[in-house]
Amino acid sequence: MKPFTYERATSLEQAAKAVASVQGARFIAGGTNLLDLMKLQIETPAHLVDVNRLGLDKIEKTPEGGLRIGALVRNTDLAADATVRRDYAVLSRALVAGASGQLRNKATTAGNLLQRTRCPYFYDTRMPCNKRRPGSGCAALKGISRGLAIIGTSDACIAQHPSDMAVAMRLLDATVETVDAAGGRRAIPIADFHRLPGDTPHVEHTLKPGELITAVTLPRPLGGTHVYHKVRDRASYAFALVSVAAVFGKDGSARFAFGGLAPKPWRVAAADAAAPSGAKAVAEAALAGARPTEQNGFKQGLTARTLASVFRQKEAAA
Amino acid sequence: MTSDHLTRRGLLQGGVAVAATVPALGGASTVAAQPRQEGGRMTPVELTVNGREVHLQLDPRTTLLDALREHLHLTGTKKGCDHGQCGACTVIVEGRRINSCLTLAVMHDGEKVTTIEGLGTPEKLHPMQKAFIVHDGYQCGYCTPGQICSAVAVLDEIEAGVPSHATVDLNKVALSDAELRERMSGNICRCAAYPNIIAAMRNVAGEAKA
Ligand SMILES: Cc1cc2nc3c(=O)[nH]c(=O)nc-3n(C[C@H](O)[C@H](O)[C@H](O)COP(=O)(O)OP(=O)(O)OC[C@H]3O[C@@H](n4cnc5c(N)ncnc54)[C@H](O)[C@@H]3O)c2cc1C
Ligand code: SF4
Ligand code: FES
Ligand code: FES
Repeated sequence: MKPFTYERATSLEQAAKAVASVQGARFIAGGTNLLDLMKLQIETPAHLVDVNRLGLDKIEKTPEGGLRIGALVRNTDLAADATVRRDYAVLSRALVAGASGQLRNKATTAGNLLQRTRCPYFYDTRMPCNKRRPGSGCAALKGISRGLAIIGTSDACIAQHPSDMAVAMRLLDATVETVDAAGGRRAIPIADFHRLPGDTPHVEHTLKPGELITAVTLPRPLGGTHVYHKVRDRASYAFALVSVAAVFGKDGSARFAFGGLAPKPWRVAAADAAAPSGAKAVAEAALAGARPTEQNGFKQGLTARTLASVFRQKEAAA
Repeated sequence: MTSDHLTRRGLLQGGVAVAATVPALGGASTVAAQPRQEGGRMTPVELTVNGREVHLQLDPRTTLLDALREHLHLTGTKKGCDHGQCGACTVIVEGRRINSCLTLAVMHDGEKVTTIEGLGTPEKLHPMQKAFIVHDGYQCGYCTPGQICSAVAVLDEIEAGVPSHATVDLNKVALSDAELRERMSGNICRCAAYPNIIAAMRNVAGEAKA
């Protein structure tokens, strides 16, 4: 690791100010992604601001009947929360499908949303990568791209967003709440939180420098049947090739969000509308305009089959 | 690092096909080997390790794992991958199992850490340590301290109703082999002692119930 200085934040505003005012400063939460990348010198922050002891670890009901999840709530605690298990089961399921028990004990709500891609060339500092070194090229386009995205990509980057939790958050129309260095507050709909790569794949989200995530809020529960189905190379402890989060309403409506397919959690209104026509139609609508590589074209068929399994799980639960 | 260590590490990485291909030996971060560098101001850290209060002066880069092994010489906790992929470094902090390689010691100032050395001693083994011996839950033993710390915490997690990917009913967490296997998937064993590890955990869970 490159040397850095460390401070423990004492208030939200002070934390935001500390990161905004020091060149190359970063927040550290669970550290499970940031430290991993720092050891490989893919991330080289000069200063770390520890936000673990700011009291952002609470889960509470909102006046609107939804849920406010503190940015520092651990993935384990969120998955185990009684309200989440009952009313937002798809989120519990997505969380426990990710990483390992040890990692989930550390990983936080905000850190999970901001975790970086698992593209192999992003990790290999000898290779060109526009996300790691803007303008250096993309080694994945003609390289090993089996796990990478097939939609929402650009000629500059085809990396996938690796999070399971974020897929469920996208399905549930979560909102990301922040505070900035000037004390200003914002609420960002999750649909607008992550950015597609375009010509600037190193810019992954819409936060300003020093903007601190304080919470993620969920609207009122949707009811219905919740399913999260993740397909991966091993039965456990592996990132998704394809994952589907779904909620089926009692009125026959349905909504879907997808992981492993795109640079951000993927959701398309036309896919929800195609639900009455079944899995194949939903997959086609979700992936209209997909541009797979030679190696990851299989994800199209796999998406349809994963959806078929999701429909069967819904039938079984009904 | 000795070449022996390098080999083990290579083996473990080979065994952990996590989607990230980490360049071999990318992240050696043993602070003991490269003391003070510019910018890395030494920071005081207080921990309670296995019931004993310790005061350290650490470069902020020091992981909890390196603090335990290199500074406190508690070498029971192992370094396998140093990237959160193998579980060899699992310890229990404030009652919860974590990968000590992916956290900084300074972040745990004032906290309680339990390592394999603190669970039991050769004279007075923890029930899980005893069960691993009885059920032959290891071969080379490299992953074992992490497996045992994890196994102890897993039984607590099931008791507390924390769900897993193997949980059928989110509101009723059961104790089954499928649950134990899923919850232990963050601990890789190159010797594949898995069935015997599950048997040992079953044994302890049964005793605890009785
Ligand atoms: C071996 C392994 C397997 C994994 N498998 C999976 C998997 O299958 N599925 C999955 O979804 N994930 C997986 N993960 C990733 C894991 O979920 C993430 O590492 C974790 O969620 C990151 O959270 P953290 O709190 O540790 O983040 P950190 O590492 O602390 O931070 C990550 C980023 O977020 C920023 N940040 C943190 N908190 C805030 C805040 N409050 N406001 C603004 N910025 C902030 C940091 O500056 C940093 O840039 C795996 C990780 C490992 C190591
Ligand atoms: S796909 Fe993106 S992350 Fe991967 S090498 Fe290309 S630019 Fe880098
Ligand atoms: S040493 Fe492998 S997980 Fe920490
Ligand atoms: S790695 Fe040898 S006993 Fe597990």
